[in-house]
Amino acid sequence: MPDLLLELFSEEIPARMQARAAADLKRLVTDGLVEAGLTYASAGAFATPRRLVLTLEGLTGESPTTREERRGPRTDAPEKAIEGFLRGAGVRMDQLEVRPDKKGDVYFAVIERAGRPAAEIIAEVVPQVIRTFPWPKSMRWGAGSLRWVRPLHSILCLLSDEAGSQVVPFDVDGIAAGDTTEGHRFMAPGRFSVTTFADYEAKLKRAKVILRAEERAEHIRHDAEQMAFANGLELVSDAGLLAEVAGLVEWPVVLMGEIGADFMGLPPEVLQTSMREHQKFFSVKNPKNGRIERFVTVANRETTDHGATILAGNQKVLSARLSDAKFFWENDLRVAKAGMADWLDALASVTFERRLGSVADKIARVAALAREIALMVGADPDQAETAARIAKADLHSEMVYEFPELQGVMGRYYALQAGHPPEVAAVAEEHYQPLGPSDAVPTAPLSVAVALADKIDTLTGFWAIDEKPTGSKDPYALRRAALGIIRIVLAEHRRMRLDRFIDAQLLRHKIELSRPKVGDDVIDTLEEILSEVAERGVFGAAFKAVTDRLKERGEDPAEALRTVGDLVPDLSTDLLAFFHDRLKVHLRDEGIRHDVIDAALSKPPVDDLALVVARARALSAFLATPEAENLVQGYRRAANILHQAEEKDGVEYRFGADPKFAETDEERRLFSALSEAEAAIIPALGAEDFAGAMSRMADLRAPIDAFFEAVQVNAENAVVRRNRLNLLHRIVETCGAVADLSRLEG
Amino acid sequence: MPDTPKSFQEIILRLQSYWASKGCAIMQPYDMEVGAGTFHPATTLRSLGSKPWAAAYVQPSRRPTDGRYGENPNRLQHYYQYQVLIKPSPPDLQALYLGSLEAIGIDMALHDIRFVEDDWESPTLGAWGLGWEVWCDGMEVSQFTYFQQVGGHDCHPVSGELTYGLERLAMFVLGIDHVMEMPFNDPSAPIPLTYGDVFRQTEEEYSRHNFDAATTDQLFRHFEDAEAECQRLLEEPAEDPKTGKRIVMAHPAYDQCIKASHLFNLLDARGVISVTERQAYIGRVRALAKLCADAFVQTGAGGWTAEAPAA
Repeated sequence: MPDLLLELFSEEIPARMQARAAADLKRLVTDGLVEAGLTYASAGAFATPRRLVLTLEGLTGESPTTREERRGPRTDAPEKAIEGFLRGAGVRMDQLEVRPDKKGDVYFAVIERAGRPAAEIIAEVVPQVIRTFPWPKSMRWGAGSLRWVRPLHSILCLLSDEAGSQVVPFDVDGIAAGDTTEGHRFMAPGRFSVTTFADYEAKLKRAKVILRAEERAEHIRHDAEQMAFANGLELVSDAGLLAEVAGLVEWPVVLMGEIGADFMGLPPEVLQTSMREHQKFFSVKNPKNGRIERFVTVANRETTDHGATILAGNQKVLSARLSDAKFFWENDLRVAKAGMADWLDALASVTFERRLGSVADKIARVAALAREIALMVGADPDQAETAARIAKADLHSEMVYEFPELQGVMGRYYALQAGHPPEVAAVAEEHYQPLGPSDAVPTAPLSVAVALADKIDTLTGFWAIDEKPTGSKDPYALRRAALGIIRIVLAEHRRMRLDRFIDAQLLRHKIELSRPKVGDDVIDTLEEILSEVAERGVFGAAFKAVTDRLKERGEDPAEALRTVGDLVPDLSTDLLAFFHDRLKVHLRDEGIRHDVIDAALSKPPVDDLALVVARARALSAFLATPEAENLVQGYRRAANILHQAEEKDGVEYRFGADPKFAETDEERRLFSALSEAEAAIIPALGAEDFAGAMSRMADLRAPIDAFFEAVQVNAENAVVRRNRLNLLHRIVETCGAVADLSRLEG
Repeated sequence: MPDTPKSFQEIILRLQSYWASKGCAIMQPYDMEVGAGTFHPATTLRSLGSKPWAAAYVQPSRRPTDGRYGENPNRLQHYYQYQVLIKPSPPDLQALYLGSLEAIGIDMALHDIRFVEDDWESPTLGAWGLGWEVWCDGMEVSQFTYFQQVGGHDCHPVSGELTYGLERLAMFVLGIDHVMEMPFNDPSAPIPLTYGDVFRQTEEEYSRHNFDAATTDQLFRHFEDAEAECQRLLEEPAEDPKTGKRIVMAHPAYDQCIKASHLFNLLDARGVISVTERQAYIGRVRALAKLCADAFVQTGAGGWTAEAPAA
């Protein structure tokens, strides 16, 4: 059983592509070999800045001989059909066999394929993989036509077994496979030959190349942590940077340097971002004061001066970078201390979205909505408006222009400098949260108000201009915005009706969008509706109030009003459905089924997401109990019989079930069980204790089962029948009080 | 290992003699205002077509928005690039490049040289390539690019391009912190001159000019003129009516493209081009660059022959 070793040696491969390329190499080569009939015991793939490597152990020495029989057309078939068959099977006429069949003689092709040696198969598969390799970006070089991520210099391809190792002979665009490679570019130049994978890895290490990326990363992490620890400091861990740096070096040498005292006054986020983005440095922090005091850089070589020259050079570059950062910071502080007015003015000429206006326009809308939400989340409306107005000021700062990822972080610093209280300043950073599924959600009331207002404004804006996410396309991250709202609401079980906020903000967008097209009188009317929405909380009522008032004055609601009257409720309903979809996705991770959420959504109000989820969670927990199945079945049975009877009789059986018409004990017991349960369920529902309510419903399981066991609902006596149908309605009503159980599947 | 050079000009002279020894034609700067060494026709146009080429040269470059009145230690509106272009790119181009660093006194045994992914793109030239920025002890000292496309044409064969930012590289080699303090000639010369002696005043003058004084109406007009002239020259028939020879005016037209590009940079520095207009202007310069590239491949230097006209 031979082993295969393959190395593709090139000029420097971008760090971000290495891991994926190693995985692709393994997949493509092994797929090709397996398809050609070879098998192998194990495979490994590796990447360094200059090489992709694959090792396969226990490869079969040759592919098996195969024999395939193919049935062809009848011997008297038209010539064309026979020719086609020959072409398809790849055989000649004289190789066909004639065999009798039910309806006459039929041609058969027997195709025998002899087994082939592994080397021959590899020599076909590997060049094919190289020529079609799925690099995210590839290039040509020199006068050739081969594409690779950067110029490919050599190919090492060996098959080895107990008897020794042999080059697999092939050639790709003039590069012949061989048994040699190169070590470290500077520390061990020159080519050397290898025999097996073990020999290859050992010789590479002697030639100052660590083959495995995780070994390089671990080496960097270990040395950096030790170095920091020895100085009473700690490394700020950064897995993404670690992986990238491990892809930039073949022989990592960790060096730690100091950040000039001049730059200690910069916020730690600025130091960290500047060092990571520009220089790929790790930050080292003093645990006593939380300040970043040193940096760690990773060189690709050892030197006789133990890195002194390299470190001095890096320190100098860092100083130049941080001088820039300090320059931005100081310029920004001047604007911030003056109240940030320069930035806020300038945001009027920064486009948010072509149709939705400038960032300043967005800020004004968000501020208005934040006032309204503030009241619902226990924040002061004036403070919420102020916070919303300054939360995005830093978008025009020099620091955020240079480092966009610091938006919000800088805003917080600058708002403090502008004299705002800490809770207002915090909004600048927290109103963007949550940024991803694992990011924290804001909990401070002011931050919650502005975060919700900002996200609702974004969603309603894109709904208003019909730019909803489709399939995998979501360029404005609207799904993330909706999920953010859901998470903020659920995190602290915040009770609020989203509808009124959605309606108000849709209206604000509609006003801005219609402004250039309609007269001032129309805009005035729209604004009147907007203030009514703020007051009444429902668009329909507000719209009606205003149109009634117009009619009283003898005016006809304008065309534009009619448009808004139709559009806003439609968009609002559609957007709420989008929220419900996101909610289902979010709760699926919690293990709550989508039909459970549908059942919870059958009870209004459906725009109070915390309430919807409380119902869904209670129902989901209940469904896991032993009583659940029978109760749901009893409910279904009751609902079905009731539904059929109502259909047939053309009447609704809703009221008046009376124990005095009960004929059996089971009926009477059900009456009293229902009364008892209702007595407990109604207050539980009032207290929104859905779990409590459901546990009381569970008590009904036995009496309902017993009732259906003993009682014929459709009795001959009409009075008894009606009474029993009304009783069924009580079952449905009581058991469906938390959620419509008929929406459950199965 | 060569010793450390003493001055800015010594570094330039060493690069010149190094690349001459490696077979490059040492060319002179192009006599027009350009934003980077790539604009020199010895790079832009010569990277097109099938004819082999090897050239190296210094190119004075202007970036009006980078003017800092001579006060910033690292930023200049006028600076020098050293440019090498070899077509087809030789297999040992990385080694040749590293040799040039040794030639200017960078000791490979003490420094950390790294090739860090950096894909180059010039929206105004309609050009892109793959390569790296080269780091020396964490500082970017060169751009290394394999041209894939120029003026909308696929490069076949591919050129290897090296660009050194000379001031930055020289400051690194000479250990200077402020560009204006860098010795321009040998400090022991009878009349020693610093970079500041040579360029401080012009940095001031051009900063004022670029940011505040250049007449924008006129610049807009000149842009239109250059654009029209470039297009007109290329619309002329290939056959010259006077000599009866086939003379495609690719280079004169390309001069107008260079002019338009620089005029756009000046307008940008004057702050009179909005974000949306910016893209449109860049697109107009790119359209000219494409026309010039189309014309160049219809010339002898671009690989055209009467028997087998270039595609």
